[in-house]
Amino acid sequence: MAARYYDPTLPMSEADSDAALPAIDADALITELRNIIPGDGVVVEREGLTPFECDGLMLYKALPLVAVMPRSKAEVQAVVKCCARHRVPVVARGSGTGICGGAMPHPEGVLLDLAKLDSIVAIDPLARTATLQPGVTNLRISQTAAKHGLYYAPDPSSQIACSIGGNVAENAGGVHCLKYGLTVNNLLSLEMLTADGELVRLGSDGLDNPGYDMMALITGSEGLLGVVTEVTVRLLPTPPCARVLLAGFPSVRAAGDAVGDIIADGIVPAGLEMMDKLAITAAEDFAQAGYPRDAEALLLCEVDGTEEEVASHTERVSALLNKAGATSVRVSDSEAERALLWKGRKSAFPAVGRLAPDYYCMDGTIPRSRISEVLEEINDRATAYGLSVANVFHAGDGNLHPLILYNAGDPDSVAKAEKLGSDILSLSVRVGGAITGEHGVGIEKLAHMAEQFGEAELRQMEEIKAAFDPALILNPGKGVPILKRCQEYRALPGKHNHG
Amino acid sequence: MGDISTQLAHTVAEAYRARTPLKIRGGGSKADVLGRDVEGTPLDIAEHSGVIDYNPAELVLTARAGTPIAEINKLLGEQGQQLPPETPALAGKATLGGSLACNHSGPARPWQGSLRDMVLGTRLINGRGEQLRFGGQVMKNVAGYDVSRMQAGALGTLAVITELSLKVLPRPETTKTLAYSLSAHDALDVMRQRATEPRPLNAACWFEGTLYLRLSGAKAAVESTAQLWGGDSVEQPPWQAIADGELPCLNQAGSLYRLSVPTGSALAPSDSVLIDWGGAQRWVYDQPEIVAAAVSERGHAWLYRGGDRKNETAPPLTRTQRQLHTALKNAMDPEGILNPGRLYSWL
Repeated sequence: MAARYYDPTLPMSEADSDAALPAIDADALITELRNIIPGDGVVVEREGLTPFECDGLMLYKALPLVAVMPRSKAEVQAVVKCCARHRVPVVARGSGTGICGGAMPHPEGVLLDLAKLDSIVAIDPLARTATLQPGVTNLRISQTAAKHGLYYAPDPSSQIACSIGGNVAENAGGVHCLKYGLTVNNLLSLEMLTADGELVRLGSDGLDNPGYDMMALITGSEGLLGVVTEVTVRLLPTPPCARVLLAGFPSVRAAGDAVGDIIADGIVPAGLEMMDKLAITAAEDFAQAGYPRDAEALLLCEVDGTEEEVASHTERVSALLNKAGATSVRVSDSEAERALLWKGRKSAFPAVGRLAPDYYCMDGTIPRSRISEVLEEINDRATAYGLSVANVFHAGDGNLHPLILYNAGDPDSVAKAEKLGSDILSLSVRVGGAITGEHGVGIEKLAHMAEQFGEAELRQMEEIKAAFDPALILNPGKGVPILKRCQEYRALPGKHNHG
Repeated sequence: MGDISTQLAHTVAEAYRARTPLKIRGGGSKADVLGRDVEGTPLDIAEHSGVIDYNPAELVLTARAGTPIAEINKLLGEQGQQLPPETPALAGKATLGGSLACNHSGPARPWQGSLRDMVLGTRLINGRGEQLRFGGQVMKNVAGYDVSRMQAGALGTLAVITELSLKVLPRPETTKTLAYSLSAHDALDVMRQRATEPRPLNAACWFEGTLYLRLSGAKAAVESTAQLWGGDSVEQPPWQAIADGELPCLNQAGSLYRLSVPTGSALAPSDSVLIDWGGAQRWVYDQPEIVAAAVSERGHAWLYRGGDRKNETAPPLTRTQRQLHTALKNAMDPEGILNPGRLYSWL
């Protein structure tokens, strides 16, 4: 069955052999786009297009036919209508921080850069809502809301740069998901352009949704069903107090058991992160946060709330960690110390990046009880390929981020890293988990969708895609494999450059 | 009690071939509310019942759609856990599948989310009688479209829900309810203000001249907040009666409208018999004009109970919204056999 899906490892010529789209009149398209966006907002030169050739996943690259940078909703709408008329693929892009290749351009299509739509439309402190254009960065929402004592909870580690539009497209997570939910749980309404360029509002500023919950469907749909032009999010009161506990453990299993103990005791931590020995060492070298270098695993557990609540939970968590066999437990005493303890975790990716020329970040989710067995198997496989893997883990919600160390300059190393990555995704599915917890499918995990889903499910998703986008112009070739139409539609470009 | 999913799928497949409309029924607890009256061959889900998997340390419960909410509440309660949305049990009749199909939530909904927010995965039967599985039993899963969550509020018009995996949460250590004698307007102001404070508030409602606030969480935090906010401590709080729709003010004769609006909406505060969800849900009688008014407030209103249930009961949609609804319905139920007309006459 797998052979029926697009295989991202196929060279472009093979995948493209049966393409039957009408030829695009590129000149007419570009002229129309220039009429819509005056000035320098339409780019066709190679050097201008290169910054858009990939998102944060540099393994997959392609140059678009043309990139457009509209400055208003009206311009975005006109662009989408123009693409619909020409039946040209449209790939929407926020800040390009995604790491599944979801925003990689289509070589025959328009790259729609929404970064210039970056206004905060409104903040209503009493309703606790913020209405935003799609290019507003995640962190800016919380920074702007801070003067009202409010914040936006989902905080992906790219929050300084990533946009709310991209967060919606990928249903972004972060370290606070277990307690505060994912993007989908923190949205009130969306305004979206359909594939033919009609504006439609989904959700409402009340809590419930009229009719079908299309907002849930759009969230995480990777730009395949519409182009989001406005987002209204829910804000939360900023907790007055937060403390983080750092505990070292002699084994991954002991750390994993401690996570279960904390949750079984009735505490839902604001953040609960695990790192393995290689990640600990790399993070400590990088951040000097005082992580226990002798530990096989460490846990960071943040509790937040009122002073009284935090004091009570700190005491309980501390006792549980000790009981679970922690070799060291440290509790942050000040905001500075809390920031330092998080610094190691938050810089884990770049820190691990110093250990090898390149790293490849995976994103499986697994039932938490399977953690030690999964980590053991990952390490066994890595050893067999002659590669190293550092593991950081949103332990509270079972979201694993193995970082595969490799050398992009060495084709053999690249091939092994991709094979190991693929093995890890398969392993996640086999233990009852998912191929992606928060990074998305994009182009990277397309082939693995057939492991996660059966043919009937894939067909159902394809029909949903066609219901929203019958001409298949919205981010084609990403997210959900197209079964019957893959032959009639231009397939995806192969990766022609390893970054 | 058991697994009858194969039989259910077979019945749906037959109906698909014969183009026979089906009327999906769980416990029958919400037969007279929310949706329109429709005809169809009954498809009973109640027998497809039972908890399949529950691991308190994973905070995940998986159960068949016909499982009564009351049974789930009991099981969770034994482990000190709960369904976060305070899903109404409706005298033991409400089922898990029906509760998701209606996305029915209790007073905790603004703070703890709705059943829609708790969904991790589903098993469904689409309008062709195919058994499908979306999502899973893990907390985070962004592979593919979120077809599971989309069933929330669809009133069974997209698929037959046969199984659900949900995130559950620990019960709070302590709860305490405070009461204040206030007009509806003043109560709304207080609710909105209190909701911006970082305090353990998790329910706020007003009816019959009294504002009720519920605190819930660590004992010390609840006590200190209660001291700070004052008010009368209530021994028998109204939350359960509100969740189950048993308040006398919700059971008068007439057409009952349910408004879902922004908390700052000026719509009908003084006409409301009940304001719940911190101001975001309001209940009024016999005001058909409120349906259109709610839309202009970026909210919506349902004809919840009573009135002409052959006519539309759900909030009106724009032309584009209707087009997307029709296309989505066709994608999941091409012959239109699943609860046709239950959500909208044209769907």
